[in-house]
Amino acid sequence: MNSDVGLKENAPNRSSYPWLRAVRFSLLGSLASIFIALSGMPVGLDRRAIIYPVLSLGFLAILWVPLAMAASAGKETVLEGMEARKRGVIDVGVGSLVGLGSTSGICCLMVLIKNFDLRDPLVNWSPQLLDLLSYRQNISVGIGIWLLVGAGLGALGGLTNLISRFSRRLILNFVFAIVGVSVLETIVTDLSEGFGLAWVTDLMYYKRGGLEIYGALFVGIVAVAVPLLLRQRTTTARERFSSLSPNDQSRVKRISIIAGSLLLVILPFFLGKITNELLANVGLFVLLALGLNIVVGLAGILDLGYVAFFAVGGYTTAVLTSPDSPGFSPELPWPVALIVVVIFTGIVGLFIGAPVIRMRGDYLAIVTLGFGEIIRLLFLSDWLSDWFGGAQGITNIPGVEVGFATVKGTDPRSVFLLVLLFCAVAIYVSWRLEKSRLGRAWMAIREDEDVAEAMGINTTNTKLMAFVVGAVLASFSGAIFAAKVGSIFPTSFIMLVSIIILVVVIVGGMGNISGVIVGTVVLIGVLGGPKQPGLLQEFSQFKLLIYGALLVWMMLKRPEGLIPNIRRTRELHQDEFLQDAWLKGQIDSEDNHADSNVPKEGKDL
Amino acid sequence: MRMLDIQRLSVTFGGLHALNNLDFQVNEGEIVSVIGPNGAGKTTFFNMISGMVSPTSGDIVFEGESLLGLDPSQVTARGIARTFQNVRLFANMTILENVMVAQHCRTRQQVFGALFQTKAFRQEEKEIREYAEEVLSFFGTRLVGYRINQPASVLSYANRRRLEIARAMATRPRLLLLDEPVAGMNPKETAELAELIGRLRSEWGFTIVIIEHDMSVVRDVSDRVVVLDHGETIAQGSFDDVSNDPMVVEAYLGRPVQEAS
Repeated sequence: MNSDVGLKENAPNRSSYPWLRAVRFSLLGSLASIFIALSGMPVGLDRRAIIYPVLSLGFLAILWVPLAMAASAGKETVLEGMEARKRGVIDVGVGSLVGLGSTSGICCLMVLIKNFDLRDPLVNWSPQLLDLLSYRQNISVGIGIWLLVGAGLGALGGLTNLISRFSRRLILNFVFAIVGVSVLETIVTDLSEGFGLAWVTDLMYYKRGGLEIYGALFVGIVAVAVPLLLRQRTTTARERFSSLSPNDQSRVKRISIIAGSLLLVILPFFLGKITNELLANVGLFVLLALGLNIVVGLAGILDLGYVAFFAVGGYTTAVLTSPDSPGFSPELPWPVALIVVVIFTGIVGLFIGAPVIRMRGDYLAIVTLGFGEIIRLLFLSDWLSDWFGGAQGITNIPGVEVGFATVKGTDPRSVFLLVLLFCAVAIYVSWRLEKSRLGRAWMAIREDEDVAEAMGINTTNTKLMAFVVGAVLASFSGAIFAAKVGSIFPTSFIMLVSIIILVVVIVGGMGNISGVIVGTVVLIGVLGGPKQPGLLQEFSQFKLLIYGALLVWMMLKRPEGLIPNIRRTRELHQDEFLQDAWLKGQIDSEDNHADSNVPKEGKDL
Repeated sequence: MRMLDIQRLSVTFGGLHALNNLDFQVNEGEIVSVIGPNGAGKTTFFNMISGMVSPTSGDIVFEGESLLGLDPSQVTARGIARTFQNVRLFANMTILENVMVAQHCRTRQQVFGALFQTKAFRQEEKEIREYAEEVLSFFGTRLVGYRINQPASVLSYANRRRLEIARAMATRPRLLLLDEPVAGMNPKETAELAELIGRLRSEWGFTIVIIEHDMSVVRDVSDRVVVLDHGETIAQGSFDDVSNDPMVVEAYLGRPVQEAS
């Protein structure tokens, strides 16, 4: 493009290192590491080894800080037509300075802990923390080690800005593979046992948790070797895919979807109880997240009380199926009960939705929050305890009879398969509705409600429909939850559930089915749900902290979510998107048009 | 035949009389321009016809039935479509989707059809799409081709205005309200759009009411001109009559100095 040349000439001289940025990131790093240290993570997580005996999860919780800070201090956004800064040894040097700055916070903290006692307000201001931070050595030795480690890690972080994108990815692969495989120990051993490869994991893992050193090396090398070997092959495969006709492309996609779902159906038979239980929990949240995605992602109604429908689904199932239901106990079989549950929850959705839907934005969010709590308090109340058992809840809910087997909590595999079935239904529903008259109307309402109404869309009915569809999907989840757990209490339906589902949807990518699924699997699977443990059971007491930090980070850096919806990305990056389109010549400029048409139309007129 | 009959219409916002005892008629097949200085109440007038603002008193009768108390969506379903002065497209939906979604009130399929992909559903989707393409091709090559699947936000200003008209056309109206359709366009584009407005009547059979500041367009397209000032009709008639009316000249330019003294 010829305009590039002009832009480059005018670009400011940016050859000097962004020093201010380096200072800012050092300060940020030291604050972050002090905060992490005082949050109790190092002491709490020290018992969990990542690589035995070199690295524990507790140290990892701090050690990533200097590395990440040094790497991001040296980064710069290069806009179109701007010249990138010349990189060199200075990057490594400044990186190590930033690393040093980041760890200096820890050193100050150590000195402070040694000399003052602030244990009263700060619970984790303890000798154990000092002991741990100074590597069970003298404090000055500890400080020395920290500064050395900080400088080293910082230099490494600076170095990552010098190398090519591909090699950076390899290094990231190496690190994340080791941490990942170590952290996911339960599921990895479970899987390998299922496939009869238990001896591999026995060798790799130390018997009290964490990878052995050679195990870590092995994992890291595999993680680096695989992309190196497959690099060429994946690009050719991708090229071949894009050279196919659209018809063939959709066929390839369909086949891979079918293969993937078959794999998912077979998978639970190779997994142990713990993993199946985990996957069943994740599946329940996938159902909820898909339902909320219709309400928030498609129709743009910020519903903070979504747990209400989950609760109604669960309680209705309990009342209809349990012989111990206090008020009314028809003891219906689960599939029959489900039909009633769906209809009833749909009606509740209508009743809650009707008053709420007339509001907009913040007001709507607050009112839904209130309704979510009201529903929980109703189930908890003495007033309705003759029906729902109050705080005692309803127990003895039978499982799901499906002829040859009973799906209940003691058999997580069958629960997972049942959940999988309903997830498939939910995905189908979301997919079909999104590409229908109703889905388009939802999108229009999300974009501009007044105009949507002026274009003939009955916004009240359309939004109510989104509410009801969302409620029905949540009721599926509630019904399975009741059958799985076997008993139901108001404490399962706290507000936190709504919030976490919303976070999952936002982090995954609002408005995108696969984004929502990935978000749920990653967050609920790894960190765990509000009550359900995830893979990282060690993190359970820091779960909400991590959720919060992740949410803030995502909102700042990638508001469109992990796997974004194209439309939402556009919405959030409107300016950049338009600029890109302009640079690529995709935007139609009216002058162009006018010029090219002048002679022709001149004659016409 | 009388299509739209507005009788003694008034609206007050607080103490402000945005419209005051307005009488206004449109016959079927007419193109009527509404002009007036800024703040004369033209857009409020459109908002009231399309149901976005309810009048304090008076009546709006469209094809023999009153529109009072109807929601904007119901008004659109009766056959009145509008565009907006400050272009309000669904910016992140594609051009095709913008026009498809506007056919909402002319189509029926609900959740059931979408979930089970019934024959009726697929048939209707096909019709929506074909009609959308037909509407878009009214604007020549400007909104079709590779552009049809691009988001509306990448369109040039003039094309956004065109897409807004296309979206209004897709609701299958009988009366089309265009709020400053050529604002911000260059003279060539303006001339082109003026011609299109004529074709909207001759080819699509729409009756059209236009708010416009560009007098060349008003002169070219309109059968009748209605001048509003301070929420009241101060003149109406052919363009030439109105442009020579002393009241109109006064509303636009002010009273001549010598008369004031």
